[in-house]
Amino acid sequence: MEILYENLLKFQWQDIVMILLGCLLIFLAIKKEMEPSLLLPMGLGTILVNIPGSTALVGPIQELYNAGIANELFPLLLFIGIGAMIDFGPLLTNPKLMLFGAAAQFGIFFTLAMASVFFPDAKDAASIAIIGAADGPTSIAVANTLGSNYKGAITVAAYSYMALVPVIQPPVIKALTTKKERMIKMPYEQKSVSKTTRIMFPIIITVVASAIVPDATALIGFLMFGNLIRECGVLESLSQTAQNVLANLITIFLGISVAFNMVADKFLQVDTLLIMGLGLVAFIVDTAGGVLFAKLINVFSKKKINPMIGAAGISAFPMSGRIVHKMGLEEDPQNFLLMHSIGVNVSGQIASVIAGGIILSMFGG
Amino acid sequence: MNITFNPMGFVEQLPRMGVGMLVIFVVIGLIILTTMLINWLFSK
Repeated sequence: MEILYENLLKFQWQDIVMILLGCLLIFLAIKKEMEPSLLLPMGLGTILVNIPGSTALVGPIQELYNAGIANELFPLLLFIGIGAMIDFGPLLTNPKLMLFGAAAQFGIFFTLAMASVFFPDAKDAASIAIIGAADGPTSIAVANTLGSNYKGAITVAAYSYMALVPVIQPPVIKALTTKKERMIKMPYEQKSVSKTTRIMFPIIITVVASAIVPDATALIGFLMFGNLIRECGVLESLSQTAQNVLANLITIFLGISVAFNMVADKFLQVDTLLIMGLGLVAFIVDTAGGVLFAKLINVFSKKKINPMIGAAGISAFPMSGRIVHKMGLEEDPQNFLLMHSIGVNVSGQIASVIAGGIILSMFGG
Repeated sequence: MNITFNPMGFVEQLPRMGVGMLVIFVVIGLIILTTMLINWLFSK
């Protein structure tokens, strides 16, 4: 009879809390549709690894973790899919939009300073700061390369806040802009971009960014490889596969193997709550950085820009770009900001990867 | 739990904040210039 309850007696309250957390992640994925392709496998993975005596933890999940996260393979492969999804067209017609992508990375460096107040290990502080990249694969890759003790919490924070961008950004944008500023219209000049330019762009970005920030080479290289597959025009089937099948499969593996770090003794700490708080700070300061930079440009420029588009530089593609567009329409139904905000949004994707490389070069040695 | 409270940690990281933002703007600036150049070279 012992066999029926022997293992049940091994349950501790921490295991129960983690299993409930796993259920919450699954609930958010299904009911609220928050990053379901990631949060669902992550939720189930959390349940699997927190059952006492589980054969999943020291077994398939550990193997997946070692095969795809410990060596950063999964985040990089996912970047191929993301690169294949991105149309850099709006950015290529107005390259200056990339400045907003750079400005909106301020949250990373601000959070680095904030995290250093609480976390004495600079590598932990840097790993927490990269939540501000608003880009899950970059956060995972950087935290893993730096050997952070908080990979699980960092991943949960990065993906949760990405999904919560529609809740986090609008109040910050409204607090920093006037109604008059939000109503600024930005006519979109339709310009054609040659196929050669579209093909050259990912190659040039890879070379320029990697030459200056070599630690970003793998991240930017895989992202741009995906984009090159999309734009080359001779790999349409592969492009579709990368955008759909590859991205979905890797996200599932990524989610379930991240759960390797979601065991109770690693996750249920005050540190985790603090990391969640710092992640929120990073997203807020990112948004503020982009908006305030746009306002600064307006001081010197005759041609006014709608400062809301600066907020889209946070990455979190494409939600952030869509939110800014929607907020513009709420102020004035004729205010179409989509092409500008998406242009800024994809530049945020590039800038966040470069920021990840900068963090690695600062703390990776 | 490895939490401490060291307000000077913020101040100590300010130079890195400055350098990080400077590098990111330099890299993005170069990418903008290069993009404008290829736009000009290959525009129809």
